[in-house]
Amino acid sequence: MQGDTTNIPTQVVKQFEITYTQCLQADGTALALPHFANPDHLKRLYSALTHTRLFDAKAIALQRTGKMGTYPSVLGQEAIGVGIGAAMSPADVLCPYYRELGAQLWRGVKMAEILAYWGGDERGNDFSATRQDFPICVPIASQTLHAVGVATALQYRKIPQAVVTVIGDGGTSRGDFYEAMNLAGVWQLPVVFVINNNGWAISVPSAEQTHAETFAQKSIAAGIMGEQVDGNDVIAVQYAVERALNKAKMGGGPSVIEAITHRMGDHTTADDARRYRDESVWKAYQALDPILRLKTYLVGQQLWDEVQEQSCKDKCTAEIALAVAEYESMQPMPVSSIFTHLYANLPSDCQKQIDDAVKWYG
Amino acid sequence: MDEITLIEAVNRALAWALNTDPDVILIGEDIGKNGGVFRATIGLQERFGAGRVRDTPLSENLIAGMSVGMASMGLKPVAEIQFMGFMYAAFDQIISHASRLRHRTRGRLTCPLVIRSPYGAGIHAPEHHSESTEALFAHIPGLRVVIPSSPLKAYGLLLAAIQDKDPVIFLEPSRIYRLFKQVVPDNGETLPLDTCFISREGKDISLVSWGASLRETLEAATQLSTQGIEAEVIDVATIKPLDMETILASVSKTGRCVIVHEAVKTLGVGAEIAARLAEEGLMSLLAPIKRVTGYDTVVPLSRLEHCYIPSVERIIGAVHETMTFS
Repeated sequence: MQGDTTNIPTQVVKQFEITYTQCLQADGTALALPHFANPDHLKRLYSALTHTRLFDAKAIALQRTGKMGTYPSVLGQEAIGVGIGAAMSPADVLCPYYRELGAQLWRGVKMAEILAYWGGDERGNDFSATRQDFPICVPIASQTLHAVGVATALQYRKIPQAVVTVIGDGGTSRGDFYEAMNLAGVWQLPVVFVINNNGWAISVPSAEQTHAETFAQKSIAAGIMGEQVDGNDVIAVQYAVERALNKAKMGGGPSVIEAITHRMGDHTTADDARRYRDESVWKAYQALDPILRLKTYLVGQQLWDEVQEQSCKDKCTAEIALAVAEYESMQPMPVSSIFTHLYANLPSDCQKQIDDAVKWYG
Repeated sequence: MDEITLIEAVNRALAWALNTDPDVILIGEDIGKNGGVFRATIGLQERFGAGRVRDTPLSENLIAGMSVGMASMGLKPVAEIQFMGFMYAAFDQIISHASRLRHRTRGRLTCPLVIRSPYGAGIHAPEHHSESTEALFAHIPGLRVVIPSSPLKAYGLLLAAIQDKDPVIFLEPSRIYRLFKQVVPDNGETLPLDTCFISREGKDISLVSWGASLRETLEAATQLSTQGIEAEVIDVATIKPLDMETILASVSKTGRCVIVHEAVKTLGVGAEIAARLAEEGLMSLLAPIKRVTGYDTVVPLSRLEHCYIPSVERIIGAVHETMTFS
């Protein structure tokens, strides 16, 4: 009957689901462990997490004492970076945002380089290792487009490697992210998008970024498989990223992994989260600490004890002290250096400005 | 040898680059089977394959951003943005990344890419299709901005831009895409970047222009010659970085200068040239520098766009004012 819409036929044409993966629960109980989770590797992961946290604390201390500039802490989110680092092979390419400390350290970026960058010296981006990796990316989400460009180059040259790019939960609100996923889907590029969902984009909680129930499902519109992992479970992160990388290298195309974590610190050293975040939230985050749970597991398996703990921390602290000394002994570049890498061949038009800069600043 | 148009010269240069350098990859919207909306890439996908000449999804920001990633890996992406008015969506990637990747990594990662785009008014196009905003890019350290004024310049400068190790914004004046033809030998020879060209020698006044406006400027010079005024015409060609040496040398000879460009007057590239002449060549000036430019308005739609583009008459008028200054 005209106007009666109850009998207009509709049918389900496509359904989607988002999975959640966890290997190690917050209390340190293992649900199931992947093939790589042998004692040596788990201890290596644990040491890397510890190293990342101690270095992070040192970086904040350097900033607080006026020895370094603004710095974004990774406190509480170490497992995402370390898990990514462990999953990647050296010839893969990382296009990070700015909380991938654990991945960068794992891949061989020197601590002194990281300190130099945040201490205001571009030489910190001239990595001595992983020469194809991008430096950290400040303009939010723009790194995802570099990642699909790098992946295009790998695919074009038939190089069986892949790209990992990381973005925050807030970053997924920007067009670059959709544009990058869209191309990756159409061209089936070897790229893995990791969404570091730490719950906060500076002061805005993730519930105010999107009405979607998961960030992973943003991939569905691009025809890419999206999944969630426990981002405070380093084993699950490595497992998911490694699986996605293997798929990409086999020609299986891109993946999106939402790693759920919690930003235990401020956005950066220039931020004060007490302005917008209740203290109780922070306390709840502590119970989910990624390092604590792996330690509980290792101790429970009698793979770790307090002697090893102390020895690990001492080793990290000594290495960090050496890196800080190297950073602090770095002399600033001469003023002419601000022109050196502007172009491969510096336009003659710049010479007068160089002469002026040298005259005033030597 | 046959004569070809500017758009055919662009096509010929792209074909040469694709044929001689496997790292060159063309990306853009509708550049494949369709050959580009102006046909700059016609026949290239057919000849070099869909791996070398690639249609992308419709996003200028994507095109610029992925070019940065491709270039960091040593490829040489040559991207087409369909019209300059659509380049603004790619600003963040061009300014925040392409222009400074070499600098911020101390030369570890570099960005040898070319972004080509038709630009300028005079083709009765819809809104947002007639922009002359080259100054926006000329403001950015790390970029080169190159504008050909003829088929010969388009061929030689585009090949030079593709061979350059840094990002080049290559703006093709759509008004002269098919306006005239020249013999353009397909020999792969480049023309120098960062260099002005003397298009006509003269002793009385220096006329400085680029792109499509060079056409009216040269016509003005021809007419002025019949009036006994010998104008020197300079085709700036690379507006960033500027070859001020050539411009200063010309003005020191003539003592007079009129700058002609289609872009708006305020903070246009003409303002920079005039400021540099004032800083470094004031004593050779016999009269104030004049600028003949687009007006400080939005570029008009087709019915009035001819009133916006600097005309031969406006150029001659400015020259007369300059010549009779006392």
